[in-house]
Amino acid sequence: MTEDNVLVRVEHLKKYFPITRGIIFQRQVGAIKAVDDISFNIRRGETLGLVGESGCGKSTTGRTILQLYRPTAGSVFFEGQDLSKMKGEQLRRMRRKMQMIFQDPYASLNPRMTVGNIVGEPLEVHGVARGKERRERVQELLQLVGLNPYFINRYPHEFSGGQRQRIGVARALALNPSFIVCDEPISALDVSIQAQVVNLLEDLQEEFGLTYLFIAHDLSMVRHISDRVAVMYLGKIVELTDRNELYNNPLHPYTQALLSAVPIPDPVVEETRKRIILEGDVPSPANPPAGCNFSTRCPRVLDVCHEEEPEFKEVGPEHWVACHLIA
Amino acid sequence: MTTLLEVKGLKTRFYTQDGVVHAVNGISYTLDEGETLGIVGESGCGKSVSVLSTMRLIPEPPGKIVGGQVIFEGEDLLKMPMDEIRRVRGNKIAMIFQDPMTSLNPVLTIGRQVEEALELHMGMSRSQARQRAIELLQMVGIPQAEDRIDDYPHQFSGGMRQRVMIAMALSCNPQILIADEPTTALDVTIQAQIVDLVKRLRDEIGMAVIWITHDLGIIAGLADKVIVMYAGYIVETAPVKELYGDPRHPYTIGLLGSLPRLDAHQSRRLVSIEGLPPDLIDLPPGCPFAPRCNYIIDRCLEENPPLEVVGPNNHRIACWVDVKATPKLQ
Repeated sequence: MTEDNVLVRVEHLKKYFPITRGIIFQRQVGAIKAVDDISFNIRRGETLGLVGESGCGKSTTGRTILQLYRPTAGSVFFEGQDLSKMKGEQLRRMRRKMQMIFQDPYASLNPRMTVGNIVGEPLEVHGVARGKERRERVQELLQLVGLNPYFINRYPHEFSGGQRQRIGVARALALNPSFIVCDEPISALDVSIQAQVVNLLEDLQEEFGLTYLFIAHDLSMVRHISDRVAVMYLGKIVELTDRNELYNNPLHPYTQALLSAVPIPDPVVEETRKRIILEGDVPSPANPPAGCNFSTRCPRVLDVCHEEEPEFKEVGPEHWVACHLIA
Repeated sequence: MTTLLEVKGLKTRFYTQDGVVHAVNGISYTLDEGETLGIVGESGCGKSVSVLSTMRLIPEPPGKIVGGQVIFEGEDLLKMPMDEIRRVRGNKIAMIFQDPMTSLNPVLTIGRQVEEALELHMGMSRSQARQRAIELLQMVGIPQAEDRIDDYPHQFSGGMRQRVMIAMALSCNPQILIADEPTTALDVTIQAQIVDLVKRLRDEIGMAVIWITHDLGIIAGLADKVIVMYAGYIVETAPVKELYGDPRHPYTIGLLGSLPRLDAHQSRRLVSIEGLPPDLIDLPPGCPFAPRCNYIIDRCLEENPPLEVVGPNNHRIACWVDVKATPKLQ
């Protein structure tokens, strides 16, 4: 893989949230290790899927890449420049190239602003377009995401969930970004509407050559939309590979269990499927187990798993796994 | 198979400031002994309201059951006095809900909440109830049940809380378990645990299950019979294999097409159903799905089609068009 093919490079990224005690004299008594030393690349024009269960740190990863959270340690290189060392105006200028689509289309749009102001705000903030020009650009964007351009003076409450998500997509596209973090953009939508939004994201990617980090917990949808998929568990990436390789040849026991837990909408297939049912719940990220994070639930756990943390290494072509079982 | 529950022409309305919401518009179905019925549909299609109505759990006002019958053990639940229906509810017909956090009382211990139903419906003493509660918690797979029985709900994870809900539901050996999206708030691996648990308990106890969900995947591996709802109507119903293998209603076909499959090797473009579900205050005169349908004919806009048999094993759809013989519109 050549260096210039890489748009985003994440190196040993960590994000810890402090746990404090006391009101006036706050002292730190621990840390939530939301993201704990992860490294990966996102290539230009690809969709990297990031899957995992709630609380595994996938959203925090997305936000830390965009510097909405500043990392505790590690670096994020965007077009070769280290974002984690930038601040102020320099970082603000970089933000034009990287945008975000949020999960909840009801919470991510200001109810007191019109659609025109919501979609046009980034244009104003970055001094790209004002007045009539801005209005025209907003209408163009609304049309692009499949909304009527005459909706420009309406408020978010007048739209359905799917339409609101389209407004969120239009806002993210306003500045012609090259990279968009999609943080569970369809989880809050109904099945038939999900397909509409996913098709829209795919069309836009093709038209503008966008690069996506697609964060989701729905593995079927991630397989559908992604080129490569990273699986997270308790703040760490446990497996990363091409989407077909991941689904045909999952190596990490967690990936195997996760895939087997996803129901397939076909009763004939379901009849003969074997499920790997994991015992128990995900441990607290404030107090992860010693050794491998998955050792408390792993059906194939070894002694070494309780002591040593497995290394995240390439075990096949473009197939990265962190597991002691795979030599 | 004997019929356990029969719903006939059930209609529920909500009287709001904006107008009358036609939530459930005359639906009929039967549930046999030991059968698992899946009810699928998107939000607002009336799947929860239809089942809450059979249990008379609709808040009145604004809601009102305006027609129909629900026959259980020879009696119409809709005509029963409230104190009698309370003896059925939670006893012979039990329910579990979507959100296990809000369905449990945060200021009572887990044990107290499980014991309550046992004392109320089974007439057990406090110590008997406690003993039985521990057994139930063990049965649903709560580790160290004797110790954890005195914990409060916030000390349990989401999956564990749902297990407690299931323990409560099963406490009186119900004949029917109604599960209203019980796994929607849970992660996939926890969802698999809960589905597995309900299947096992269903086969052990021999109860019938009504499982309401928007997830066609779960239903495929769980149900014997499926009902697809849209805008308060049943649009298709069939045994599970027939519904997935030979869907006949354009909405069902659209829904199945809009789902990506985990086992699909080639990524195809998803079939999206354009447009939005209709406003239940102002339903169109014809078929409620007509504005979004790819097979529409003139008649669809004028008359709402009845649910009629189209295939073996009582496979029924509500559609004027034979989708197999009709080309799809673009």
